[in-house]
Amino acid sequence: MSNEFEPKVVAFVCNWCTYTGADLTGTSRIKYASNVKIIRFPCTGRIDFMLLLKAFANGSDGVIVSGCHPNDCHYTSGNFHARRRWMLFRNLLDFLGIDIRRIRFAWVSAAEGAKWAEVVNETVAQLKDLGPYTEYQKATEFLVANENELTEEMEANHA
Amino acid sequence: MIHNNCLQITDKGLKDWLAKIIAGGKQLYAPVREGDKTAFKWLDSVAEISMEHIQTTQSAKAVAFPRAEKLFSYQKEKGAVTLQDYNPDNLSETVIFGLHPCDAAGFRPLGSIFNWDTPDKPYNERRKRMTLITVSCTKSDEFCFCTSVNGGPGNTEGSDILLTPLKKDYLVEIITEKGQKLVEAYQSCFDTPPENSDKEACLAKVPVRFSPEEVSRKLSGMFESKVWETQSERCLGCGACAFVCPACACFDIQENSKGNSGDRLRCWDSCGFSLFTLHTSGHNPRSTQSQRWRQRLMHKFSYMPDRLSVIGCTGCGRCSRACPVDMNIAEHLADIG
Amino acid sequence: MRELQDTVKALFDKGEIDLFIGYEKGTRTPRPFFVHKAEDAENLIFDAACSGNLAVYLTRKDLTGGKKTGISASYYALKSIAQLFDENQLKAENLRIFGVSEEGSVQFFDSVAAIKQHLSATPPPAKPDEDELVGKINAMTASERWKFWSDELSKCFKCYACRAACPMCYCTKCIVEVNRPQWIQPWASTLSNMEWQINRVMHLAGRCSDCGSCGTACPLGIPVHLLTHKMSETVKEHFGVSETKENVLSTFKPDDKENFIH
Repeated sequence: MSNEFEPKVVAFVCNWCTYTGADLTGTSRIKYASNVKIIRFPCTGRIDFMLLLKAFANGSDGVIVSGCHPNDCHYTSGNFHARRRWMLFRNLLDFLGIDIRRIRFAWVSAAEGAKWAEVVNETVAQLKDLGPYTEYQKATEFLVANENELTEEMEANHA
Repeated sequence: MIHNNCLQITDKGLKDWLAKIIAGGKQLYAPVREGDKTAFKWLDSVAEISMEHIQTTQSAKAVAFPRAEKLFSYQKEKGAVTLQDYNPDNLSETVIFGLHPCDAAGFRPLGSIFNWDTPDKPYNERRKRMTLITVSCTKSDEFCFCTSVNGGPGNTEGSDILLTPLKKDYLVEIITEKGQKLVEAYQSCFDTPPENSDKEACLAKVPVRFSPEEVSRKLSGMFESKVWETQSERCLGCGACAFVCPACACFDIQENSKGNSGDRLRCWDSCGFSLFTLHTSGHNPRSTQSQRWRQRLMHKFSYMPDRLSVIGCTGCGRCSRACPVDMNIAEHLADIG
Repeated sequence: MRELQDTVKALFDKGEIDLFIGYEKGTRTPRPFFVHKAEDAENLIFDAACSGNLAVYLTRKDLTGGKKTGISASYYALKSIAQLFDENQLKAENLRIFGVSEEGSVQFFDSVAAIKQHLSATPPPAKPDEDELVGKINAMTASERWKFWSDELSKCFKCYACRAACPMCYCTKCIVEVNRPQWIQPWASTLSNMEWQINRVMHLAGRCSDCGSCGTACPLGIPVHLLTHKMSETVKEHFGVSETKENVLSTFKPDDKENFIH
């Protein structure tokens, strides 16, 4: 067993393209990093931005969001809507100082089994470089027992 | 032993005293200036303390009544539930420095509410560990109205020690045994007082705006009055007034659960929120902002005086300073009384 | 000032309105004022010190429901009113909208189209302070930004004045009050405060007039209006100024440009 940091990654993917693509990765016997936990959604349009925040709050070091390529959405335009949302969301997170390098957005079609493996491997490699997302996780550990604890929490965060 | 107990302390002596209090292991909560606002903070160094303000943005009530507090924790395992009750053992001894008489006085209505029916353990345990070193007000602003609610800029109620800035030094009035202990432990920081320290002359002049008895008497017959609608028209229904208030004690009970374990929390709430009284059925007995505004004033100036013999307001004026739409409480009360 | 007072008086005299929403002198700064009869119009004022966004009251049924309502609107209030119309929250027949300039000139708008035309012809008031602060934050490293915002938002005690002061926050049940599932923990803590602001700003994306009332309303002085200001800029930069009723997040263009999805 190596002591290397193994990042926890949550992938939010759409049912029609990326989930099927990931399935193809498996049936094609392509090996890829096992750090990822895949959560299947009907469409990228359904992937609420809060889910990404919840993943980080619950200990995820990185997140992958992936769905059908533009013009390939099973519901015609879900991914177009999602794309707009991510553009604004990603900008806002960056403005707040949340580490957007930890969120990987991708288009992976049902035929791109090899690409899925690549996306996961690249993400895991990058997260290994970045290390655990302790900054964010520290902010979640804090359960406001009192104002005093809040001060300590803030100091610990910035130490 | 505690009568006529006055001393004097220099500015330097005061800083030494507070530094020694911190070194002695007590937690110090004192005002710190940040931009154009001053807020209470837990401090490691007395250098950060600022006393230039008229009023801190928030009161010091959070020391006794934190904005969120764990009441108990639980774990579930195979149908069995284990509980960890509130444990006061880890609470530290605290000294609050630099609060004004209106804040110190706020612990009376707060304490009355938390001991009205069942004595509230978390509040009382925290309160027991607090020593209040209050500083009299030498200046006030147009929002201050302590003198209209039985208080005053040099009022000793609730304080353990009251400092009054004289021309040069501070007059030290020791009010309680807790205060006595805190002075005795660091006796060398203090001087004996001069013969003729004129406390009154150094205090701010706060005009009386209304009589609380008169307001209370009138309010008891005003439940159906149109005045509530008129006064509350501009109220936006946020909780700013309640959260900055030294006497507001409303709370909500929440659950912080994860899997098979969790905590029961008590967190600040406000009667100004529409959700505050919303029933599960969908019915809301206080469905409009005017009803909620009525509740706020009635509770503080009618129900509390009637039931707990204390006014739910100390005249600090924070609610009026904090209000985004200038719901000036003293003005509204003066209109009534 | 005189012009506004006379206009409102005349409206009451002619029975055209039951209520007029404006400003009156307040303790330190002007405050919202509800005029119910002609003689009260004398107390109306309007100047640069009039803060907040009066459009916030137009969706309050307990105040304006069933009443023919007039309003004196700043540039930003007009922008919010136009947006509220686009979101089908207002009925034109019950409203008399008057744009008021800081110099006191009064302009009546008889339709949403007129408001929109006025808005597109008038440059928005400059926001040098906000621009400077946003510039400063942009220039920070990500971890400095995190420190800045987690410091600021750790102070928040969730009084929701930012929400209450916002004309676009008219939902009767807000996301923070949803508890099945509980998206955002209702108690005040750094993370849940941050999650609340992220939700607030995302829900206001493309709808926000950038009036800054949220920041002005904050009793703790947390600069939450910088988040909405930044969001307004981002929206403009990526999607331009929309000519249609559709909201920026409820519509799309197949050729929306980004550089981070691959």
